[in-house]
Amino acid sequence: MNMSKRFIYGLVSLATIAMAGSSLAQNSPTPGGTLNMIAQPEPPVLMVGLNSQGPTLYVGGQIYQSLLSYGKDLKILPSLAKAWEASDDGLTYTFTLQDGVKWHDGKPFSADDVVFTADKFLREAHPRWRYIANTYVETITSPSPDKVIFKLKKPFSAFLYAFELSSFPVVPKHIYEGTDYRTNPANQTPIGTGPFKFKEWKRGSYIHLVKNEDYWKEGKPYLDELYFRIVPDAASRGVAFEKGAVDVLRGGDVEGFEVRRLSKLEGVTTTTEGWEMYSPLVFLQMNLRKAPFDNKLVRKAVMHAINREFIVKNVWFGLGEPATGPLASTTRFYTKDTTSYPFDLNAAKKLIAESGIKPQEHTIRLMPIPYGSQWDRMAEYVRQQLEQLGFKVNIQAVDAGGWSQALSDWNFDVTFNFTYQYGDPALGVARHYLSSNIIKGTPFGNNGGYSNSKVDELFLAAAEAVQTDQAAKAYAEAQKILTDEVPIGWLFEQRNVTIMRDKVKNLVRTGIGVNESMDEVWIAK
Amino acid sequence: MKTLEFLIQRLAKAVMVVIGVVILNFLLIQLAPGDPAAVLAGEAGAGDEQFIAQLRAQFGLDQPLYVQLLSYLKNVIAGDLGFSYRNHVPVADLILERLPATLLLTGSAFVFSLVLGITLGVIAARRRGSIGDSVIMTGALVFYATPLFWVALMAVLVFSIHLDWLPPFDMETVGAGYTGWARVLDIAHHLILPAVTLGLFFTAVYTRLTRASMLEVMNLDFVKTARAKGVPRGRIIRRHVLRNAVLPVFTFASVQAGQLVGGAVLTETVFAWPGIGRLMFDALLQRDYPVLLGVFLVTATVVVAINLVTDLLYRIVDPRIEATG
Repeated sequence: MNMSKRFIYGLVSLATIAMAGSSLAQNSPTPGGTLNMIAQPEPPVLMVGLNSQGPTLYVGGQIYQSLLSYGKDLKILPSLAKAWEASDDGLTYTFTLQDGVKWHDGKPFSADDVVFTADKFLREAHPRWRYIANTYVETITSPSPDKVIFKLKKPFSAFLYAFELSSFPVVPKHIYEGTDYRTNPANQTPIGTGPFKFKEWKRGSYIHLVKNEDYWKEGKPYLDELYFRIVPDAASRGVAFEKGAVDVLRGGDVEGFEVRRLSKLEGVTTTTEGWEMYSPLVFLQMNLRKAPFDNKLVRKAVMHAINREFIVKNVWFGLGEPATGPLASTTRFYTKDTTSYPFDLNAAKKLIAESGIKPQEHTIRLMPIPYGSQWDRMAEYVRQQLEQLGFKVNIQAVDAGGWSQALSDWNFDVTFNFTYQYGDPALGVARHYLSSNIIKGTPFGNNGGYSNSKVDELFLAAAEAVQTDQAAKAYAEAQKILTDEVPIGWLFEQRNVTIMRDKVKNLVRTGIGVNESMDEVWIAK
Repeated sequence: MKTLEFLIQRLAKAVMVVIGVVILNFLLIQLAPGDPAAVLAGEAGAGDEQFIAQLRAQFGLDQPLYVQLLSYLKNVIAGDLGFSYRNHVPVADLILERLPATLLLTGSAFVFSLVLGITLGVIAARRRGSIGDSVIMTGALVFYATPLFWVALMAVLVFSIHLDWLPPFDMETVGAGYTGWARVLDIAHHLILPAVTLGLFFTAVYTRLTRASMLEVMNLDFVKTARAKGVPRGRIIRRHVLRNAVLPVFTFASVQAGQLVGGAVLTETVFAWPGIGRLMFDALLQRDYPVLLGVFLVTATVVVAINLVTDLLYRIVDPRIEATG
């Protein structure tokens, strides 16, 4: 602990010195230049309303914008809305929109677009907004062209966190109204309000965006052009950065061991900031419907048997923090005051003995999520640990489609999964524990089948709280119960690294990191 | 007349084969776990049952299998390959956009390996037992036995990173905006590494085949006769030996030609070449059935067409072969 603290101080002071040095040379943004990046894997479409995968947001976030954005401390920031206001009863939210915003085709942007987005487009096409709109929202109206009012059926404490880019990208009404959203040819030539306009997409090669001269922020953006290159091979992506063909590597663009090597190159800066809104938390999903994981003591034993520090350090090259419970430590409402599970094989074996099950009678299928070699290594480690408890373990290799299907149909014993937290437990966390979310057909529901009416009640109370401290209290209690019952084996919080050349300035400004509009980004000459 | 009859017969068969392939592929794909709607919902990070049901209905996946198959066949015959759920684009557009890049890559590799392979094979056969022969045959053996992806990675390491002679990936310099001949040269520069890498295996095959087959023919009586007649050595090799020895090479070349469309997934991935192989691979992982079926259809058509052409060419290469059904 002490060591790492000292290390961080060291880093901070180093960074300060470095910043002081560079600010002498150059502290005012210079306009112009091209920023080269990588979109990996190639996004299927750039229309953020129809697909919210990482690379789609990365590219599409330069074209489309949402009402709000969020700081690294999860403070709410303006985006297309310049002001927002909640009524005291928590039932009415009023957004005031920015002035002089135009769509890329020159048509003016107005409150009508926001109403259409919220009430029609996303309600039909966006699985997360659909849920919020159908559960909480009563009406969406625009009393004037610069105002939008959401009236809720019941209070929703996470409501202001539902307007992030991947949750609420504003789409142009004049292009989508009355069309089939998915087959609309306009999806190929996206029109947004963002700082960059779509120029060309050569599938399999690159996506080219150019400066939006009519952008609503005066004098922005600084950059002239953005290129997102498509490089399917991980080693080639490392080479591309090393040789200067690209200036930025987003978290996940290169393998963990490459991150280490590339970070040490001269003239390279790295940061793990810019993921606070998402705070991905990796967990072991156990199927609670079947033996042996229907037994709480077995699940507790599993938590004790897996050395999460080891996983972070050796499998993920230090790019993470061991998780302590359902909430990531970087998000609101996180509490440390919970049952903890230090690595202790003896305690684990004792719990197994206490549970009364005979581990040698159980053959467990362990299905790693098919997202790359690090997940496979983690599966091998977990297998080894479960075998030490006496279980027989088979690793079951699947591809993404097979994984999704098996999890959606509850046809699994143990697998890995991860969750984006979206700034509030009601948005990213509760879905994995609520008994109302035990539904087939999605890999991101309550697939383990955990059901506890007290937890349901607490999550509900927190979601419908009007005061933040009420919500905090309910969440704290829920975390206590959950960490005692271990419906899910929390493994670690991912810390994704953005690697960039020193000349790239202001890239990671907010809690959504590289998905944020790059209107403030500039390149030092 | 006979040729025409043969052609018509074969064309009819070819059409049947392609239709058979389409049906078989359609059914095989159904065996893979997971459907496009589930994958799409998975990517969205959420999705209730209703949402997924709505997607299925939109893609026509809620219909019985035979209805889906019939409507697909009907559309294909009408020239419509369907719409990609995932990419939100008509399948034909996706394939046409990617096809030229693949044909350029595989075509270049084809010509490269054929020319180099036969040349090396002839040299090795003429100098049988010499150092040159040993060097060529060792090289052929090495490239015959080495996995493609490894050759590719090593080639990048040596020629791009250490020597900095050739670009490590991409089809052209992104953002350079070259036109005309400058662009052609730029693409050619980018083409060298992937084409050579892809072609090396077949080069090795052709070298070995040519050499073995040449040596066999060289021992035949008519070659001795020609030599006794005083025909110059070069002419013997070209007119008498090579002409007779080239048949197995030709057979193998038709196999390679059959892979012109679908056979370069690995090379395309390592060198970030925007070809159809990667399109197919991505479509498979994402259960983008219409795209997958479309690529299979194009691949099958090319294979069938090339077989047809090969059968016709056999008669030119070796007039002794009768072109009968």
